[in-house]
Amino acid sequence: MISLDFASLLQGKYAGWLIAGALKTILLFSVSWVIAFLLSLVIAALRSCGVKLFQALMFIFVGYHRNVPGLVQLFVWYFGIPQLLPQDSQSWINANGSEFIYGCIALSLNAAAYMSEDIRSGIRSLPTAQFEAARALGLTYLSSMRKIILPQAVRIAVPPLVNQTLGLLKSTSLAMIIGVAEMTYTSHQIENENFKTFEAFAIASIFYWSCSFFLIAIGTALSRYLRSTGVD
Amino acid sequence: MISFENVDKWYGNYQALNQINETVGKGEVVVICGPSGSGKSTLIRTINRLEPINAGRITVNGIDIHDKSVNVNRLRSEIGFVFQQFNLFPHLSVLRNIMLAPMDVHHVSKIEAKEHAILLLEKVGLANKAEAFPAQLSGGQQQRVAIARALAMNPPVMLFDEPTSSLDPEMVTEVLQVMKQLAHEGMTMICVTHEMGFAREVADRILFLDEGVVLERATPENFFTQPQHKRAKKFIADIRHA
Amino acid sequence: MLQILQDYGILLLVGQFPDGPIGGLALTLFIAISGLLCSFPIAILVGVARTSQIKVIYYPVSALVHAIRGLPALLIIFWAYFIIPLVLGRTISGIATVICALVVYEIAFMGEVVRAGVESIPKGQVEAARSLGMSYFKTLHRIILPQALYQMIPSILNQFINLIKNTSLGYIISVNELTYSAYQVNSQLLIRPFEVYFLLALIYFLLCWSLGLLIFQIEKRIKIHRQISTRSI
Repeated sequence: MISLDFASLLQGKYAGWLIAGALKTILLFSVSWVIAFLLSLVIAALRSCGVKLFQALMFIFVGYHRNVPGLVQLFVWYFGIPQLLPQDSQSWINANGSEFIYGCIALSLNAAAYMSEDIRSGIRSLPTAQFEAARALGLTYLSSMRKIILPQAVRIAVPPLVNQTLGLLKSTSLAMIIGVAEMTYTSHQIENENFKTFEAFAIASIFYWSCSFFLIAIGTALSRYLRSTGVD
Repeated sequence: MISFENVDKWYGNYQALNQINETVGKGEVVVICGPSGSGKSTLIRTINRLEPINAGRITVNGIDIHDKSVNVNRLRSEIGFVFQQFNLFPHLSVLRNIMLAPMDVHHVSKIEAKEHAILLLEKVGLANKAEAFPAQLSGGQQQRVAIARALAMNPPVMLFDEPTSSLDPEMVTEVLQVMKQLAHEGMTMICVTHEMGFAREVADRILFLDEGVVLERATPENFFTQPQHKRAKKFIADIRHA
Repeated sequence: MLQILQDYGILLLVGQFPDGPIGGLALTLFIAISGLLCSFPIAILVGVARTSQIKVIYYPVSALVHAIRGLPALLIIFWAYFIIPLVLGRTISGIATVICALVVYEIAFMGEVVRAGVESIPKGQVEAARSLGMSYFKTLHRIILPQALYQMIPSILNQFINLIKNTSLGYIISVNELTYSAYQVNSQLLIRPFEVYFLLALIYFLLCWSLGLLIFQIEKRIKIHRQISTRSI
């Protein structure tokens, strides 16, 4: 009969590790999400602006991030980019948690590419009259985007954006491979040390399920709120 | 042959069928008509259990169709149903559409099923369309194939749920033609339809339904010339002026 | 970078084959294809179960799908690495472990693809089939699945692209697929990590991008076919 021992993981130093791991995941996720979201708005706006150069650049950006595995993107940043940076920048980054920084950059850009596609769909689903009305009132392209188009496009794109958000949460686990002490890394460390593999992974799994549940709840509440204020 | 006894049906708080008590005998052609939302489609769909009922009994050949011992697939194989939207299977040819059920349900051999299907296509006037696909046919042609498909199971009774309502006017005649022929051949038929000309010609009885209640039963002659119930009168008048 | 391709191209493409076990891109494709083929039949069952009205079927399967979808793929690989030896009583190769993990991952995601396909078949056709006396399973077999599976081909290929990308996670248990092979190349060269890993990214990009173009062409074909077949309805 296999006996499970969760207690030893939920107290003492292991508890400390798990909490630190959970917090690191949440931090990595939150910072990456904010950067990704803001960036996705910029990308979507650039792709819709009609300037061929911007559109081409963004097209390549999105194409790269959607066709290359997340892990490989991470490796390019963590192992590859330092080769290209001048020595001082390298030292500075290394002194300030390079794993977290590169992990964050890779995850944000990856998520931004996907999110920008969802927002672009949202933009495309708006009647062009909206845009014409904004310009007719004298707003610049940027202002029209910021004040009229993007707010509406984002509201429409909430369901797929929630999906991408969940994807971002799960992809934070990739950072463990370059040494970020997030949840998956921590649970792996613990089971390496005390061989309580089932318990460690179970706790990690419960953590991810809880976070997903929480994010889905926010997404549903947001959709409901948006529906009640008259958008679709 | 088919009887309704004190049948009620609710959708939530809304009563779709209210104390329906009717009988349809063998060989009879009954037309059900009424304003939209009156429950006509619901009524006919309860016969082959596409819609459940909340109270009462429906019997087909004396057997309660909701009895536990009744196999619903067996029941349905003995009732032909023609839909307003035709519902042909787009990925199968016309011939295969007709052959499918006899082969799968009655385990008829492929050769027999094919012969029977071609006969039925001739009957509905579409023998040259055997290898065509539904998408290549007009609405009227599709509906005639749908009728052939239902007939392929040799059902003793045929149910028609507004069979011509989705058709362009010039195609209505060809479908009604097939239905009239069936009626003349003695098929037991229950038709939900707005086609009053058809009703006049072949119906033995008309049931007028409004808000889930049968308000009037009469022969076509009486129904059209001397409607009794005031809503039936209004209905006839509205149709006349349409 | 061209130099690296010249020197290590074979290693990256097929590993040490024929002098050793297969690796590199060839192994990546092998794992992805195995994952797709093994998960597909189960995914059909899962997808159909998710459309069931029978609560005893619907709820457990839905719970399973949500559970799998809520976990990072990496964690699923760790779970597989831990559980499979326990269940089988012996260890299995890294390749088999990764395939098992990806199969579990895909039955959830591909299952949702199947569900969407089944639900997209107009209810009228189901009613027509049932009215002719065809049982639920016969209707599924003859009417629903043939049409649904055809329309699902682009989504299935999309999942295949995801599988290819996820094989890179085999790195964590030292499976000699493309990413791990690149890592080995880098360990030898040491001073040109950017070129090695960018080359790696480029290979994945070309592979997945061309598959994406193929999907686009197939989607166009299916759309035309669909327009024709639903024209009159």
